[in-house]
Amino acid sequence: MAERQAQGRPEAAALPPAIELRGISKAFGPVQANRDISVRVARGTIHGIVGENGAGKSTLMSILYGFYRADSGEILIGGKPTAIPDSQSAIRAGIGMVFQHFKLVPNFTVLENVILGAEDGPRLRPALAKARRELTRLAEDYELDVDPDALVEDLSVGHQQRVEILKALYRQADILILDEPTGVLTPAEADHLFRILGGLKQQGKTIILITHKLREIMEITDEVSVMRRGEMVATVRTAQTSPEALAELMVGRKVLLRVDKAPAAPGRTVLEVEDLRVRDAHGVERLKGVSLAVRAGEILGIAGVAGNGQSELLEVLGGIARGTGHVRLNGTELDLSGRGCNGRARRAAGIAHVPEDRQHLGLILDFAAWENVAFGYQDAPEYRSGRFFMDNEALRTDCEGKMARFDVRPPIASLEGKSFSGGNQQKLIVAREIERNPDLLLIGQPTRGVDIGAIEFIHKQIVALRDAGKAILLVSVELDEILSLSDRIAVMFDGRIMGLRDPAATNERELGLLMAGVDDTRGAA
Amino acid sequence: MDLPTLLQILDSMIRLGAPLLLACLAGLFSERAGIFDIGLEGKMLSAAFLSAAVAFVTGSVWLGVLAGLVAALMMSAIHGLASITFRGNQLISGVAINFLASGLTVLLGQYWFALGGRTPSLEGAARFMPITLPFARELREVPVIGPIYYELISGHTALVYVAFALVPLSWWLLYRTRFGLRLRAVGENPAAVDTAGVSVVGIRYAAVAICGLLTGLAGAYLACGLSAGFVKEMTAGRGYIALAALIFAKWRPWQALGATMLFGLLEAVANRYQSLNLWGVPLPVQFMQALPYILTVIILAGFVGKAIPPRAGGQPYVKER
Repeated sequence: MAERQAQGRPEAAALPPAIELRGISKAFGPVQANRDISVRVARGTIHGIVGENGAGKSTLMSILYGFYRADSGEILIGGKPTAIPDSQSAIRAGIGMVFQHFKLVPNFTVLENVILGAEDGPRLRPALAKARRELTRLAEDYELDVDPDALVEDLSVGHQQRVEILKALYRQADILILDEPTGVLTPAEADHLFRILGGLKQQGKTIILITHKLREIMEITDEVSVMRRGEMVATVRTAQTSPEALAELMVGRKVLLRVDKAPAAPGRTVLEVEDLRVRDAHGVERLKGVSLAVRAGEILGIAGVAGNGQSELLEVLGGIARGTGHVRLNGTELDLSGRGCNGRARRAAGIAHVPEDRQHLGLILDFAAWENVAFGYQDAPEYRSGRFFMDNEALRTDCEGKMARFDVRPPIASLEGKSFSGGNQQKLIVAREIERNPDLLLIGQPTRGVDIGAIEFIHKQIVALRDAGKAILLVSVELDEILSLSDRIAVMFDGRIMGLRDPAATNERELGLLMAGVDDTRGAA
Repeated sequence: MDLPTLLQILDSMIRLGAPLLLACLAGLFSERAGIFDIGLEGKMLSAAFLSAAVAFVTGSVWLGVLAGLVAALMMSAIHGLASITFRGNQLISGVAINFLASGLTVLLGQYWFALGGRTPSLEGAARFMPITLPFARELREVPVIGPIYYELISGHTALVYVAFALVPLSWWLLYRTRFGLRLRAVGENPAAVDTAGVSVVGIRYAAVAICGLLTGLAGAYLACGLSAGFVKEMTAGRGYIALAALIFAKWRPWQALGATMLFGLLEAVANRYQSLNLWGVPLPVQFMQALPYILTVIILAGFVGKAIPPRAGGQPYVKER
């Protein structure tokens, strides 16, 4: 009954903490991923962990979930030293993990996913029946309703995440670790998730939230720990800190969270899109008549939940996908479905494209950085040597120059693409596309998985390009990013533009409703 | 076509389809767990050889079957080691097994029996004998049902009945048991199984072992049931046909039964009608014999609906951070 007393009142924690780490260290070869980490997480609290990519958050959580074994240090669960050599032990110790990339079997039902690995018996039928009862109960207790017989692949991302939480609760988890849980959610879904987490906390569950969104940390955590370069640099009460202070702790220097930019001075219209329609491979219409315009010297931000046609818009403008309708660049009609619809023709026309999925479309991860900076422009005369050969020396020199100008770390041109962190990969791509001085820059999810320090840098580059009188079409699922960068905001929902807003005259609530397909001025869409 | 002819064709469909069915179910277990197995052919071949050799030497077909199982399991172990433990390329490992089996069987056959890679003919207890089901003789004279029971259902060798019994058993195992759930999950998203605290490697090895056992049965049946002894390259592409049937069946046990019987039927028809006059066009015997292979090509070219293989198929599982 000791648990009851502590419910929702971290102050009453004369009890041992739910988790205590003492001096955890872990090295991968020469890289010290975690160095002497000690932290206590009180029972019945929500504890945030923030840090840049590569700060060691994931390693630490992997140690806690039995993926890795720490080189040294001790884990105490509920005050008792506990060895966690594998995931099974972590589950037995009451730890549940909701990964950033869900670990679900897409063509299994919700029930099958929930019981996988916890079937208590060689036959499935009893386990399925038990899970069905449990799910009904959990749905009532925590607003965690999902159809137990639905196939996971048919569920929305928000519901899939609930399945992950249900999996952990079905295994009687007392401690729930969530890794970047809101990255894929709409604002409304994120609010729902926070209500669920609040309910779990009320029931005495302990929650560890790993995120890079400082706003969420401020909103729902009780305490927050900051990691930097493998070390735990601070653990503070959330009420006694601020986003600015946390950002400074994470990066180790002062960081500008808001983008510093002058008002836009838009000029002539560069891009005109009229009634653009795109069908996917299954014949489903993904863009249902999109019309928009982008002028020189302005950033048009496209907000929306992932999967509402933004990707298709970027792809068809970038020449990767085909569509119907009219697109004019500087008054010249672009080929949307014929032979002239390809990336090379678009580049020649003056469009640069920083694709959303940088690891698949932006880079070849197994190729060196100097090879990657030439992709798309490999025919440029300065990279050529004679009629048939590439001038590799020129490529290397160019790459080193870009690395210096865009602060790519480490600045080693011969390093393979996959050896760079997400932020540095992005800087390489942005350098490649921006330095060609395009009339129009298409940029998708510019800072997904990018460190705070690099975000600031990339944002500055985008604004600088705008100030140079270029047109920029920005697609991002991060509302903060859309709000701080854009000069105008278009919200996409279900393949259509739901509305245009002025960033100074709108707010997250209004945009969130538009993203969910609800237009206040017109009623439900 | 009269009833006796039809029954004869269907009877030989069952006999010829049974090894395909065994091999197809073998592939099903392996591929459903995410391990592509192009080496079904080689496993069957090595099982056929060793079972015939041991059956001849010992005079016992059951010892022969046991030897066949051991041979196929050893090949499976190689495939498992290469593709699960060492995370190698599953296609290359499978092709290697096919070459290994093709060469090794002839080499050992020549070394042991000096008959040009063949084993001596099997006789008596060294072969599978047809089993007459109860009341088959008594019911023989009953019109329609009698001949169907006597000719078609009764009178096959033990492994044919085993093959057919394995269809519902496989279905039950895959869809109604913990092991089946985990096996299918491993083939779709091994990370889900891993994070649930279950060993991906263990499940995959189990699947590969089942695959070995079933190909072992298929090979033993070929050498000691369908034929009377081992002949060089006697599997004649059945492993590949089983793979085509597996795709055709969309990796499901009952559909595997249908698909393999279709191939069995084609083979039976080709054996029965050496030449066929179709609307005045004479079809040469070679065409008839090529029919199963032609169907294989058509199926593999993707003309038969959309077949979605297990999502994690062919990829070694590497734990991510």
